[in-house]
Amino acid sequence: MTNQIIQGILLGGYYALIACGLSFMFSVMRIINLAHGSLAVFAAYALWWLASRLHIPPFFGLLIVLPVMAVIGWALQRFLLERSARGGALLPILTTFGLAIVIDNMLFEQFGADTRSLAPFIGSLSYDSWEWPGGIYVGKLAVIMFATAVILLGGLQLFLTRTRLGRSIRATSEDPDTAGLVGVDARRANAIAAAIAMVTVGLAGAFLGMRATFDPYAGAPQLLFAFEAAVIGGAGSLWGTLIGGIVLALAQTLGAQVHPQGFLIGGHAMFLVVLFVRLSASGLGLRGLLRLPSRSGS
Amino acid sequence: MSAVSTSPVIERGTATSRIAAIAVALIIALLAAAPQFLSAGAVDRMTALFIYVILAAMWNALAGFGGLVSVGQQVFFGLGAYFAIRLADAGLNPLLALFASGLIVGAVSWPLSLFMLRLRNGEFAIGMWVIAALTHLLVNLDRLVQGETGTSLISLNVYDAGTRRTTIYWLALVSMTALLAILFGLLRGSTGAAIRAIRDNEDAAASVGVRVTGTKRLLFVLAAFGIGIAGALWLATSITFQPKTYFNVQWTAYMIFMVLVGGIGTFEGAILGAVVFFLIETWFGGAGVWYLVGLGAIAVLFSLFLPRGLWGTIEERFGLRLLPVGYRVRLPGNPAAPADDGTAPSPQTTQHQEKA
Repeated sequence: MTNQIIQGILLGGYYALIACGLSFMFSVMRIINLAHGSLAVFAAYALWWLASRLHIPPFFGLLIVLPVMAVIGWALQRFLLERSARGGALLPILTTFGLAIVIDNMLFEQFGADTRSLAPFIGSLSYDSWEWPGGIYVGKLAVIMFATAVILLGGLQLFLTRTRLGRSIRATSEDPDTAGLVGVDARRANAIAAAIAMVTVGLAGAFLGMRATFDPYAGAPQLLFAFEAAVIGGAGSLWGTLIGGIVLALAQTLGAQVHPQGFLIGGHAMFLVVLFVRLSASGLGLRGLLRLPSRSGS
Repeated sequence: MSAVSTSPVIERGTATSRIAAIAVALIIALLAAAPQFLSAGAVDRMTALFIYVILAAMWNALAGFGGLVSVGQQVFFGLGAYFAIRLADAGLNPLLALFASGLIVGAVSWPLSLFMLRLRNGEFAIGMWVIAALTHLLVNLDRLVQGETGTSLISLNVYDAGTRRTTIYWLALVSMTALLAILFGLLRGSTGAAIRAIRDNEDAAASVGVRVTGTKRLLFVLAAFGIGIAGALWLATSITFQPKTYFNVQWTAYMIFMVLVGGIGTFEGAILGAVVFFLIETWFGGAGVWYLVGLGAIAVLFSLFLPRGLWGTIEERFGLRLLPVGYRVRLPGNPAAPADDGTAPSPQTTQHQEKA
């Protein structure tokens, strides 16, 4: 049982990785990007393509894919989200949903229905493990994934609080008009925030590909995991995302213990329970629950 | 408002809309008689069209009028089919089961609304998706369904193929007409004023005493009921029930496409969108993946460049109203004056709507 709990916690690192970009974009631009999961799968395919065709190992492939993701994020904000957000809060949902359909089906067109994995390209890392005291084996990849999540969240936190650019992004998320008055270029801040979010999505996609298999339509479940982790943990700090990811993963682990098909049910049920408790306790909408430190954490 | 002596004319129906009403009656009569002339394949396609119209109109009721964009409406589609299977298995006449199933879906959506309607915008959208995913998994646990293998509405086989085809065609036609009539009646009545007020500005509507949550709940339950019926009808046409097909998010994608292209928040727009979707599917459905890419791309383009859709743009351009659900004010001396009750009410129209 201890073993499963530890595996669950480490899996939570993956959920935190995929959730932090979603949560970050929501807190800065007030947009929930429904193409989030599909973009992560896109990054996974890009790495797979580099590895299988050009023999570039995934960890080096990231050096190519992450900058590409940043450019995609920037373009996404400049050409799609900025325009669609002007039409109200509902339109970006439709725009990004349409985008997700385009991405999923283009991937299907390009790569077919076969499931892929990056595991064959990372050598023994995909199955190597360390033995911890008490006869517990933890996968090296899972530990690396968790450590990446912690470093990424910590880095984002430092970036938002300590750098000039980070502060301008926070100012924009608080109040774009006032930020504009004091000389912050809101368009630029938003575009950079979207680029950063997509870099985290690229990382999440890489780990998705290494720890499991993916197919062209794997984006939707990733979006749901990201959303659930962000909502469960989003009590006011970036670190909440990590807690949310861990809680989600533990609920799934528990679900799998109860019933062979209980893995996903456990996660979804936990999400609804947390939501229900929060909503009945606060009387507020979810808006207050999906916050980042940019609003209150510092 | 210029100082012309005659006062503005407030009108609801126009000459065009009266002609349109007659045309609608004629079209329905024609459709009712159509199975006599159409081939079996064409009858099936028309049934599919009616189901698309229901889906579009119901998603539009929720998103276009209630301001609730849901990406999880496939939950009601799937449940509509599932409950029909369950009821038929319990011995209920399969045709009766289709409607009983819709009613149960509506009933289930009520407690769900208490919870979900507290979420806003994107949270509601994905929250519904989570509900759909969870419901799908739970339905899979039912032994009758046998997981993804699925099951069939076998009891429908007591009718021979010809009778079954025409009966389902008529049931779909009646369901579509009835649901559109309910929606139309709702939008024209006093609730309609509240609905349009919420659509245009929720906070302002609440401040003048519109029961925002109650009205949204009504739309949520109506949409669930209608989509449940659509799911049950789809089951009746295809007989087999595989959870993966029915709880697929593509159903919501279709709804979004139809409403976005037709014109979100306009009564006629959803119908137009369903017809457009039907034609595209008929012509390009064979193109497989590229067809889906095209649907997604068109949805993105419409949301960016033509967010009011085809009908919304036509309305705006020509001041045309076929099935008026609002009022319009015609200022004397300027006959082409703002005919904008359906899309963006001016202060004048809003006042009159409140009195309605």
